[in-house]
Amino acid sequence: MDRRQIWLSLATLAMFAAVPPLTVIFDQPFYMDMIARIMVFAIAAVSLDLILGHGGMVSFGHAVYMGVGAYAVGILSYYGLDNGFLQIPVALGASALIGLVFGAMSLRTTGVYFIMITLAFAQMLYFLAISLEEFGGDDGMSSMRSEFGGVIDMYDAMQFYYVIFVVLALVLFGLHRLVLSRFGMVIRAARSNDRRMQAVGFPTYRYKLAAFTLASTICGLAGVLFANLNEFVSPDVMHWTHSGELMVMVIMGGMGTLIGPVLGATAFLLLEEYLPQWMEMAMTNAGEHWAIIMGPILIAIVLFGRGGIHALFAATIWRSGGKRNG
Amino acid sequence: MDPLLLLEQFFNGLQFGVMLFLIAAGLTLVFGIMDMVNLAHGSLVMIGAYLATTFIGWTGSFLGGLALAIPATFAVGALVEVVALRTLYRRNHLEQVLATFGLILFFNEIVRIIWGPISLYSGLPDYLTGQVEIIPGAPYPVFRLIIIAVGLAVAGIIYAIVAHTRLGMLIRAGASNNEMVGALGINIKSLFTFVFALGAVFAGLAGMLLGPLTSVEPGIGEPLLILAFVVIIIGGIGSIRGAFIAAILVGVVDTVGRVALPVLLRAFVTDAAADTAGPAVASMLIYILMAAILVVRPQGLFPARTG
Repeated sequence: MDRRQIWLSLATLAMFAAVPPLTVIFDQPFYMDMIARIMVFAIAAVSLDLILGHGGMVSFGHAVYMGVGAYAVGILSYYGLDNGFLQIPVALGASALIGLVFGAMSLRTTGVYFIMITLAFAQMLYFLAISLEEFGGDDGMSSMRSEFGGVIDMYDAMQFYYVIFVVLALVLFGLHRLVLSRFGMVIRAARSNDRRMQAVGFPTYRYKLAAFTLASTICGLAGVLFANLNEFVSPDVMHWTHSGELMVMVIMGGMGTLIGPVLGATAFLLLEEYLPQWMEMAMTNAGEHWAIIMGPILIAIVLFGRGGIHALFAATIWRSGGKRNG
Repeated sequence: MDPLLLLEQFFNGLQFGVMLFLIAAGLTLVFGIMDMVNLAHGSLVMIGAYLATTFIGWTGSFLGGLALAIPATFAVGALVEVVALRTLYRRNHLEQVLATFGLILFFNEIVRIIWGPISLYSGLPDYLTGQVEIIPGAPYPVFRLIIIAVGLAVAGIIYAIVAHTRLGMLIRAGASNNEMVGALGINIKSLFTFVFALGAVFAGLAGMLLGPLTSVEPGIGEPLLILAFVVIIIGGIGSIRGAFIAAILVGVVDTVGRVALPVLLRAFVTDAAADTAGPAVASMLIYILMAAILVVRPQGLFPARTG
């Protein structure tokens, strides 16, 4: 973790912090919403980076924990419990528990089995959410924003923005410390050679499971913010394509760098926002077919974009593991 | 519970199972010999369904349409392999997953541009719409029986190819060590292309048979693809036999579970609770089955290789 990476992180956060005053000065409230949304996805992407980038666990079901966090808010709100001091512990507890159970089963396997099993478990909860007729089934349900006993007003766009910002900054800082700690060292060592770590005497399964559960919990927190952002919860948040998109954000920004996924989330969501508009400018009615460009862009990033956006800034390019680690 | 209804659902499950097998077979073959995770396999199901619908429209004949759609799907499969997938074999699984994720976006959009976003319906000819009474008092649609028959026939053909032909020998050899096969003078590139296109045809065939049962729309292959993943996890990656048994298992458990579980639950809890929990548990049933099997056998029922 070199000095440049810390400066890059601080610079990125400083830019996010400067957005609300700028949107007020230029009277462009739309951008505050957009960056708030980007930061929510950035939190989810950073949590995925802990297990994907540092731990080498290719989880293809990470969006599901965002769904768990969001549904915790939605369901409590449905029963009139809007207090955030209640919602957040419930959401974190639920996503931690589900992460623990899914992780305990998925981590018994490795490689491509792990990818497919995490995907299958995510799909299971997706279908469960669809079958919950009480909570809107396929259509989802609207929910209120959380209340914090008058301390924070989540309906105030500026306060809400800075709540998300602070969460993102704390998550980045906490995970940065964690990755540098002994725990983080074990996780990274297990990525490069799990068998050797076991031979040395580390119960790598437990370490990986702890990391998996922590990542799920943080992603659940992103889900809480996501439900607050949209004032709406639906199974769509758990759709497998969103898990894929979170992975794309991590790869696009740079795996195993923490700040990389923040940049990746920013680039991905900006592309999603503006690519249709650019295509519309080039050709009438082309905008609706933006995926035809987005698909090849993703392929190109995977094939040629070693190290992601982060590598453009950082001196050392993070190198991915061998084929077998994938 | 009506035993005839249960029997009918069992047949529906069998039909769903063989369809899953058609998809899983190609997926597991491609993984077995090329060490490649292909998310875009579901797109081939979709492309098969669209091509069949179009060709049936052109020729005015159901069988004629399929006869054109099968080689066309083979050609699409070969093209996709040569243009896009070939470069991915040497990449790690994460990169394969993400690149083929990009391919899915591309294919769904191509289909939307060519055929439009609206669902297409391909009717069945009169001679396939009837019902037969296999068991007196339980009429069953002919077409669904034909799907079961086609699925079983394809399973037989795959078995015959893999176990008893020179091509099958190369496939098995490629699965254990494809570099050695190449070193022995086999054109491994064209072998890969052929195997991939073969898998594409099986997936496309599933789409062609699915078309008349439901509507044909962009993205129809994706939910099936994830179920096919469940199938090959249960069966053991790379194992055709495992894929077949697991596909039938998943098809029957899913279909019968959806009907039987709410009824079964009523015996234990109140009707209202059973009506709420029944569909929820039924939708998770195959994943619970998968988890249970993994606890006992982490490599699936018939592990063909360690992956």
